[in-house]
Amino acid sequence: RDFYQADVKYLSKWKKWKRTSSKSLKKVLNEVKGWSSYLVLWRHDIHSIEGRFGTGIQSYFSFLRFLVLLNFINFILMFSFVTLPTIISTYGIFNSTVAKISPPNIEYNCTIYEPSGNKGLVYFFTYLKDLLSGTGFLEVTSLFYGYYTIDSVWISIMRYNLPLAYLLATFAYLALSLIWIIKRSVEGFKQNLVHDADQFQSYCNKVFAGWDFCITDPNAARLKHRSLQYELQTDLEEERLKQKIEHRTIKEKLRIYSLRISINIIVLAILLGCFYSIYRVTVFSQENSNDVSNTNFQANLLVQYLPSIVITLANLIGPLIFTFLIQFEDYLPAFEIILTLMRCVFLRLANIVVLLFSLWSQISNCTADKCKPCGYNYKLYPCWESDVGREMYKLMIFDLIIILAVTLFVDFPRKLLVTHCSCKLVQWYGLPEFGISNNVLEIIYGQTICWIGTFFSPLLPAIATVKYFIIFYIKKISLKHTCKPSAKPIRASSSNFFFLAVLLIGLVLAFIPVGVSIASIPSSKACGPFRNFNTSWEVVPVTILEFPRGLQKFLFGIASEAFAVPIFMVICLIMFYFIALAGAHKRVVEQLREQLVLESRDKMFLIRKITEAQ
Amino acid sequence: AYKRFSELLPKEERGNACSVRVPKRQILTLPELRANPFQERICRVFSTSEAGDDSMSFEDFLDMLSVFSDSATSEVKSHYAFRIFDFDEDGTLDRKDLEQLVNCLTGQGEESRLSSTEMEQLIQNILEESDIDKDGTINPSEFQHVVSRSPDFASSFKIVL
Repeated sequence: RDFYQADVKYLSKWKKWKRTSSKSLKKVLNEVKGWSSYLVLWRHDIHSIEGRFGTGIQSYFSFLRFLVLLNFINFILMFSFVTLPTIISTYGIFNSTVAKISPPNIEYNCTIYEPSGNKGLVYFFTYLKDLLSGTGFLEVTSLFYGYYTIDSVWISIMRYNLPLAYLLATFAYLALSLIWIIKRSVEGFKQNLVHDADQFQSYCNKVFAGWDFCITDPNAARLKHRSLQYELQTDLEEERLKQKIEHRTIKEKLRIYSLRISINIIVLAILLGCFYSIYRVTVFSQENSNDVSNTNFQANLLVQYLPSIVITLANLIGPLIFTFLIQFEDYLPAFEIILTLMRCVFLRLANIVVLLFSLWSQISNCTADKCKPCGYNYKLYPCWESDVGREMYKLMIFDLIIILAVTLFVDFPRKLLVTHCSCKLVQWYGLPEFGISNNVLEIIYGQTICWIGTFFSPLLPAIATVKYFIIFYIKKISLKHTCKPSAKPIRASSSNFFFLAVLLIGLVLAFIPVGVSIASIPSSKACGPFRNFNTSWEVVPVTILEFPRGLQKFLFGIASEAFAVPIFMVICLIMFYFIALAGAHKRVVEQLREQLVLESRDKMFLIRKITEAQ
Repeated sequence: AYKRFSELLPKEERGNACSVRVPKRQILTLPELRANPFQERICRVFSTSEAGDDSMSFEDFLDMLSVFSDSATSEVKSHYAFRIFDFDEDGTLDRKDLEQLVNCLTGQGEESRLSSTEMEQLIQNILEESDIDKDGTINPSEFQHVVSRSPDFASSFKIVL
């Protein structure tokens, strides 16, 4: 028995130790979590914005913070794998050297590239012009693709394959952005699904359990009042509209559908008009900025910035026209908002694509034998990747300037006018409201430019990080001093998911130009790490051919049809399985909901019986 | 809780806080009640003063805190919620009570009230969802039934000191 007791004591000591160790581990984890929440950027600022303006606007600022972090990580990636080895080897630190192999079998004309980094005495405004348009002294820095005219780097005895690293770093940052955005949007998606599911007793729930008794701040209370009022009003209005739609006659339906079709045609015509004007302007700007010889500073700068100006004008006017037109289409209010936003998103993102397309049409303008020896228009664009990078850089700088200018010269004077001048027109115009969707589209537009441009200009994410940092403070100050709280509070969970979904569309759209540049347009022979290859993608097959035989066979096997088709079929099967599972779950939920309704009817029946029996 | 209650009293009476009644306007300075649109109703419901001036003693204060705490059961909460929402204290929630309730929720001031057609539509919907015996009013058991199936009730009907 003593042995048994000793055994028990031993066991319980072991259990005790386990319990205490798990408790202390949990405590340590909690403390670490607490400390790490202090490290989160701008935690206090965003918290105070949430208290004063509601969760909709707070979600905009957390989205901005997410983009700052994403760009910073992208910058670290590109910098450490591409720029750092180049700089180390160019300056010979760590006993490193650079190998520049001149391309074989290429005509000499293709390899002439003399960027005119400013030499000699130059005026100060030349520096300003160069800073704004990425020419001159900026062209020869590590900002643009042309700097990396290196074929491999030798650090002591190790060989660092810079072309391969450049390509893989590009793929890495695109993949990283994709995975991070998907991870964040999945959380929002789950919340969205749960929130929309219960429309069962929405009115009673909103009225009896609507007020959160924990609210202690009068500002938060005001916000809550306003959001409750708005929610009740929108729900009632949607119900009224739904009833109206059900009672539409056939004649009315025909009229409305024909009206919708004609408005959609008008919208399409507007979009095509925008695209055509961007194309013409880009062609004009490229032709003229190449022959002007720095005579007139302002005119030159204007011509350089013409595409950016036209795109910004289109982005400003388009949404106004769309909001005006959609009033005639008679949709439900929620659907109206979504449709207008989709049209604006399409406008903004397609503008960038059209700009790039027109640039490419210039670069591969092969009439009159201009590109015979090299495959691209080598006279005008000896280093075309740098030119594309330059356009993206200009777009980014111009975007920042416009945001600054609009805040300084439109919002602040408006606030001054409204507070000091009491004439009726001004008072009716009122203070600006913080338009969340427009602001979000603005920053997504900037982010798409950054993603496209990073392949051509590796330091662009750093510029984007600084730009979003500045935008955060500008918007915060503008919000506090010039905006009034919106009359239509928006739900935060659906907004988060919406922002990330549009960002994902932007990312997928960014894949296309980068993919086309890498895989199908011949890389410049005069500059850049891909001089010895036909296209930038060729680095990968060439590197694979250097692998051992076994690995080569394995990789070729994966890329062949014999492997791809079965994998595709397996993926399809898995997808069908999940779709079937989701359908089954939905049916179960519907059945349970019907059972709830039957249950309440049973209770009603019983109560009636009881009251009758009394 | 005792500390918070005694802070509400003027200095001289802090000694025997247990037996003194605090007038209504002092109670309403509590931060938890300050922003609450139902503050008047809360004071009326929990006050046991015979003079009808809605002053609260320490026991009333404790009552109130216990009902609003996490550990109160859902029946207790729905019982008191019913009494708070019953503005004319007739034992049922009729149309006028519901109208006043909605006006409290959307805020004071003329521009924050719903229009009369919207109010009618809203009250119609509420009664459709909760009035089981179709008599045009909500009695306590109907209210309890509706609230028991509302997901947000337990988390919103809560005050934490």
